[in-house]
Amino acid sequence: MSEASPAKAYALHLGVIALLFALSFVLPEYHHGLLARIMVLAAFAMGYNMLFGYVGLLSLGHAMFFAAGLYGAGLAVIHLGWNVPLAFLAGIACGALLALAIGLLALRTNGVAFMIVTMMFAQVFYLVILYFAAWTGGDQGLVVPQPARVLSFGATSLDLTNPTVRYMSALALFSVVLLVTLAIVRSRYGRVLVAVRENEERTKMLGYDTFSNKLIAVVVSGTICAASGAAYALLFGYVGSSFASVQYSILPLLWVLLGGAATTLGALIGTVFMYYVIDIASGYTSAYLLIVGIALILLVLFFPKGILGTIRQRWLGWLP
Amino acid sequence: MTDKNGFFDLSKSALSRRTALKGLAAGAGLTLAPGFVRYSQAQSSAPIKIGFQSHRTGIGAAYGRWYEKTSAAAVKAINDAGGINGRPVELVIEDDGTDPGRGAEVVGKFATQHKTDIVFGTLFSHVVIGSAPAAGENKIPYFVVSEGHHVASTKLNRYVFQPGITDVKSQIQSMAPWIAANAGKKVTQIFPDFAFGYDHRDYLPPALKAQGAEVIAQIAIPPTESSFTKYFPQIPAETEVIYHVMVGPAVLTFVKELGEFYGSNRPQLFGFMDSLEATDINSPGLEFLDGSHFWEGSPRYAQANDSAAQKAYRAAVGIDDNGAAVGDPKDVSTASHMFGCWETLYVVKKAMEDAGYKGPEDRAKLVEATEALTEFAEGPEHPQGPKTFNGKIHQCFGIQNISKVEGGKLNVVHKTKIEDGLYEAEGDYTTQAL
Repeated sequence: MSEASPAKAYALHLGVIALLFALSFVLPEYHHGLLARIMVLAAFAMGYNMLFGYVGLLSLGHAMFFAAGLYGAGLAVIHLGWNVPLAFLAGIACGALLALAIGLLALRTNGVAFMIVTMMFAQVFYLVILYFAAWTGGDQGLVVPQPARVLSFGATSLDLTNPTVRYMSALALFSVVLLVTLAIVRSRYGRVLVAVRENEERTKMLGYDTFSNKLIAVVVSGTICAASGAAYALLFGYVGSSFASVQYSILPLLWVLLGGAATTLGALIGTVFMYYVIDIASGYTSAYLLIVGIALILLVLFFPKGILGTIRQRWLGWLP
Repeated sequence: MTDKNGFFDLSKSALSRRTALKGLAAGAGLTLAPGFVRYSQAQSSAPIKIGFQSHRTGIGAAYGRWYEKTSAAAVKAINDAGGINGRPVELVIEDDGTDPGRGAEVVGKFATQHKTDIVFGTLFSHVVIGSAPAAGENKIPYFVVSEGHHVASTKLNRYVFQPGITDVKSQIQSMAPWIAANAGKKVTQIFPDFAFGYDHRDYLPPALKAQGAEVIAQIAIPPTESSFTKYFPQIPAETEVIYHVMVGPAVLTFVKELGEFYGSNRPQLFGFMDSLEATDINSPGLEFLDGSHFWEGSPRYAQANDSAAQKAYRAAVGIDDNGAAVGDPKDVSTASHMFGCWETLYVVKKAMEDAGYKGPEDRAKLVEATEALTEFAEGPEHPQGPKTFNGKIHQCFGIQNISKVEGGKLNVVHKTKIEDGLYEAEGDYTTQAL
């Protein structure tokens, strides 16, 4: 494994952010809106990748962290009348607390058991949302009122339903998550996580408290996913239980596998790829999931480590 | 960081140059696909484009298929009669996957890529609620055929309308007088433990109370349940009517087990046809329903006294006397709901004509023209029956049918009045800015 200089790694990531910024001015209206949504969900995928890619913990329950942020922010606006920044923080706090609680329990297991335990907790979370339908809207969900989705700074205000404001807000979230992820994986802590993934027993033997390190990773991962969920509620105006269903636990796994697990930019590439395959294929056939399936099989055959993972393996070994 | 242990390595296959070139060619092809073409604005002679948000896949696929058939038939009838404002109508269909996230994206796609004049569609409440913000933000009128109370609750926004099908609150309220007078005064409700069931849980008791009847037990069944026998002992012995609204594939098991529990000595049964849409009433296991009653939006089976408009509508959509596709008796329609697509498209036609609609710049006028509508007379454009429309809550009110299962068919035994389903408005969309 070759190592990129910090300048090279950060230049690449800042370049990607600059490219996304520039795209805001040239993309057709529809793709502009779609990319805003993709960036928010790519942040979700990056949060997932933190745990799956770098620690090697395959969770099948990350929808609960996304939904914790979604409902934490959405319900704070709908029922408590909180403003956007407070609601966003509430969403993040909900996700962080939930991740801490789930981490403390689920990390007593590993491997297949970890998958099952996280999936079960997510299912409990999903059913809790349905159970408290009077507040959550149950399976129908709730609309976050358009007038409440405004970010105010004194006399000036930013309407999050404005396409440009929404795009830039999504880009801001994406950028922060991307740079935080990059900083973490390049740090000493990030190397410990990889060590845990590669050989946990040996890492323990070297004196590291692997449980604590994994727990921190679960909390960071859950917090990032919750930030994505909170942003989704505030930017797109809907909170619904389908975002807590098992489908939304599988999706980030697919996005990450497609883009390249344990690559910082793979989550974005996987999310973009999946979104556009569905968007284009569904225009031609109702069997578009078949096309998605074929695309996934081809990727597994020809890009076994995901798109960016394979590129890193073959050509650009320095990619973080 | 490379992964030397092959943690993510699902295959060791190599990538040849030829394969890579093929991939690049395919990628280039995709970027040139129609989805990337920027559509120009509709001109005065160009078709009026109606974006149809369809449940082509997912749990609502059976509805989606029949909604498409009905909508295509309505569009053909409208075009054969000269279109709208002298312009032909074109349906642009996108699959929402019966998913609220995708639903919102599809509404955005209609507004910003296909540049449709309006969005029209869909049934499932969570998709409508999830899509409504996108319609409001894009300021594109969104006409739904959902029957949910969400539009009339005034919790959505000024661009969302439901003018072609009554909402569930109105439907339930309309059933109460007949149930109290004909089926029994002591009612036990069995419903799925999610939003569709909650509408019935919340709206039926007060409606029955007003008629001198009462709900004596409410049994909510979790959506994950596949066997129901253990719930039946909760039904009070004095129950005169079981009011059931189970939906989904489990309904066959539910009816079968209810039959095994009661045998031949059962209370009256009253259900909503939502349970059995697209399902043959003569399916094995449903024999126990013989003699029971159902709400129907529009009758599945042809009736002896069907109006000429009803007959013409059924012929245009292509359903036979049993409510199945002409030529395929097993392809049972969603007759109780899909008529709403036909009627909604005629409401759109009327509103566009009233507004002098020319293109997307007239969307606000279209909203106001729709809000100004008050009545739809029964006839070819409204074959299900007459309706009134409340422009403040964007919701129509109409008649309902109560049908009895007899000899493997559903015969309409009662038609409610529009007034039976009226209720106090919960808000006023017209106060919202356009």
